[in-house]
Amino acid sequence: MVTAHRLNTYFRFTPPSLPACAKKMAAPVAVHLEFGGGAELLFDGVKEHHVTLPSQPEPWDMKQLLVWIQRNLLKERPELFVQGDSVRPGILVLINDADWELKGELDYQLQDQDNVVFISTLHGG
Amino acid sequence: MAQEAGSLKAQLKEKEKEIAALKNKLAQLEKSHASVPELQDKVTPLSPLTTKPALSNEDIMRYSRQLLLPELGVKGQLNLSRTSVLIVGCGGLGCPLAQYLAAAGIGRLGLLDYDEVELSNLHRQVLHGEENQGQAKALSAARAVKRLNSTVECIPYHLQLSPENAVQLIQQYPNSYIYNVPTRYLVNDACVLSGKPLVSASALRMEGQLTVYNYRGSPCYRCLYPVPPPPETVTNCSDGGVLGVVPGIMGCFQALEVLKIASGQGSSCGQQLLMFDAQGFRFRSIRLRPKQADCAVCGESPSVTQLIDYEAFCGSAATDKCRKLNLLSKDQRITVQEYKSVVDNSGPHILVDVRPTVEVDICHLPFSLNIPLSSLEQRKSEDIRLLQQRIIQLKQQMADDHQPPVYVICKLGNDSQKAVQVLEKMSGSELDSITVKDVCGGLMAWATKIDPAFPQY
Repeated sequence: MVTAHRLNTYFRFTPPSLPACAKKMAAPVAVHLEFGGGAELLFDGVKEHHVTLPSQPEPWDMKQLLVWIQRNLLKERPELFVQGDSVRPGILVLINDADWELKGELDYQLQDQDNVVFISTLHGG
Repeated sequence: MAQEAGSLKAQLKEKEKEIAALKNKLAQLEKSHASVPELQDKVTPLSPLTTKPALSNEDIMRYSRQLLLPELGVKGQLNLSRTSVLIVGCGGLGCPLAQYLAAAGIGRLGLLDYDEVELSNLHRQVLHGEENQGQAKALSAARAVKRLNSTVECIPYHLQLSPENAVQLIQQYPNSYIYNVPTRYLVNDACVLSGKPLVSASALRMEGQLTVYNYRGSPCYRCLYPVPPPPETVTNCSDGGVLGVVPGIMGCFQALEVLKIASGQGSSCGQQLLMFDAQGFRFRSIRLRPKQADCAVCGESPSVTQLIDYEAFCGSAATDKCRKLNLLSKDQRITVQEYKSVVDNSGPHILVDVRPTVEVDICHLPFSLNIPLSSLEQRKSEDIRLLQQRIIQLKQQMADDHQPPVYVICKLGNDSQKAVQVLEKMSGSELDSITVKDVCGGLMAWATKIDPAFPQY
């Protein structure tokens, strides 16, 4: 199941006409990550993080970014940030000031200098 | 004779003046009495809003400064007077919202809140005063609004919105505004099912968010959040804190969007999320997804066609009162009375206060050791070392070879239970063996049951 799913994503975003590119290492990607609405509390209260994702064979997508954040930035209680391979319900993800739903969600391929915001919905009043 | 007549005339004039004053006073009293809105404890059908054909001279004077705006004008003002708005929650957002809608001349305001005014509300819920403590918030808000603009019809509801009453209530009002998680789904669904726009905001700590849902092709709350968040990730104002002016600002933004919709200009906040970071003083407007075809309530083949049990759906209660966790067995907990007798008998023990430092600064028991829950969870080495030292000291004081007792306390007895679980895992490995129990109900139970002089917050 997992393999089939990954294959799908692969074909959708890597056109078969460019097989040579896929074999090359993609350059490192610098992204600006922001956490808000309380999500920053899982990252020692730090709201802004400038990070560089290392060079790897395939291009970085949001699904891989979530794994990277979990391994490299998350300080406590991962279940409050991720659920399965996506963010937990109640966290809204914004890519360059737009809802990630408009950008392909987990399949979005990160570009250098992208701005990604993870915002927990607020409930007080 | 002439002198006597003159004196009588003067007396008569004086009496007439007095009568006029009394009549005036009576009229004022009757007017203010008639305008005191009656508190509703259930939803009843409303009479149609009386529509004004034109503005009176008094209206023109009162609203002159906004009538001058071409965006509003006489037509917009009359539209406002024909609009009813339901405000769900007369708190930090609802107060400024109600205030500005009333000031601007909205026709009818439904003010709903199940709660009473408390001292800890006053820093942000600015329609209520010290003298209103203990009063129904809906009534206190309605009275304040009436003082501001007696021409606005106010209907205070002292009840909790439920799947049984929500649609009937919301159908009577074009706009609404909402509060905590189960209520958010409830109000969203009721608005979708009744075809009403929803101007929704929230505020916590130093941040605010605002969106207009279900309005001209914009998504509904469920389009954005199809699955409710896990209850343990939801923080309310009494846990997380909030600076009063932040909901004040967000409530004013809600008022702005309601006034734009009600006057006929339309909102520009549909399919957008406004985020306000008060700390960095930053506003951000985010483009949201459109209405989702597969949405459970507003989609093409909705599965939610009537209101459901929202507490079950969200896994939490529909009030924003604090939740009570139950993680431990009875023998892992002691009551505040039991702890009091430990203290009174000078029983050797360690009391660990696991609240964040900012709360310990507000108040604490003098003999407690502060190690925040997050430090325990992260096994912060300096804190663990400190605790280990205290355990060793305690062991030396204790004559027998019992395991040293460690009691854990927090504000309400939720975090202390989590801390007991962490400490039990560490006992015998990272720490010397200990017996850990939490103090049920925490420091607030201590304040209410043992020491009334201890501050409550």
